[in-house]
Amino acid sequence: MKNNTPSLRRAPFYLLAFFLILWIIGISVNEPQRVLEQAKSICLECIGIG
Amino acid sequence: MELARKWIQALWFFLANGFWGFPLSGTLYQGPLKVICSPGLNCYSCPAATTYCPIGSLQQLLLGIRFSLQSGQYFFGTFVIGSMGMLGAVFGRFICGWACPFGFFQEILYKIPTRKKSIPQVFNWIKYLFLLLFVIILPLVIVDDFGMGKPWFCKFVCPAGTAEAGIPMLLLRPELRETVGWLYVNKLVILAGFVYWSIISSRPFCRTTCPLGAFYALFSKYQLIKMKLKKDACTGCGACHAVCPVEIRFNETPDSCECVNCMRCMTEACNFGAIVVDIAGYEVHSPPFKNQKITTK
Repeated sequence: MKNNTPSLRRAPFYLLAFFLILWIIGISVNEPQRVLEQAKSICLECIGIG
Repeated sequence: MELARKWIQALWFFLANGFWGFPLSGTLYQGPLKVICSPGLNCYSCPAATTYCPIGSLQQLLLGIRFSLQSGQYFFGTFVIGSMGMLGAVFGRFICGWACPFGFFQEILYKIPTRKKSIPQVFNWIKYLFLLLFVIILPLVIVDDFGMGKPWFCKFVCPAGTAEAGIPMLLLRPELRETVGWLYVNKLVILAGFVYWSIISSRPFCRTTCPLGAFYALFSKYQLIKMKLKKDACTGCGACHAVCPVEIRFNETPDSCECVNCMRCMTEACNFGAIVVDIAGYEVHSPPFKNQKITTK
């Protein structure tokens, strides 16, 4: 009988940790506030108007 | 399973566009949910949008990077890239297949009965150029006298923005109609082109143009939840080729960057249990679905 014992893939967790660090860096420099300001306003240029 | 996927796509469509008070307010949603990253491509200038579009926000941060540095703020887009990256690391292009409003829109269009055409594989590379050039390099490099760049992808290409925001905003705010020019016409032509292409080909925008899909595609091999081929169970019958909406030969390229993880190959085609969902190395076997009969070789 074949040994089908699964092995944990670690790469997704390394990637997750890396991007979590980036996300936390973004929060530490108050980037979410800037993102929120942008997302709350209509970017006419972005939608082809103006 | 396909019906469940359609319902989940519809649910995400309405979650990402859940502000239906815009006809009364006359403007877009401005609440705190807009600090949450939309997993799929969904224009945040859409009056009903409840979350921010990662592609739009990333361009906005990169185009104003000089200005923010001069004012002592270090906005390099790390919050947005971090959000996109965490989604990509866990779900990858499952998001394209299950949670993208514009992907859902294209799938509905493809149901219109007409003669269907395939898309040459070489076109798949174009989306990476859009990600690199239109989302990152051009907004960073080409700047005006004030050091501000332009949101190249949103401004010149994005048909989702035209459909979800450009057209609704003109209907909602008549005073904006005076400002319409060649740029708007250009975007309407692009939208019309993709609408037509979506009727005759499956998910053309996702496969050839979407920079968010291109970003998630980078995780295909390493994403936490992924589709996996059990080579010892595969007979090479090719049944998975026939049902694939993005024309992948799953049994030959199981880690293809083009796979939108719709799971149709697993639930509608493979009769041998050769395709499974893999979560961090642990296989999740599907129960036999309708039209599917597990047999042994």
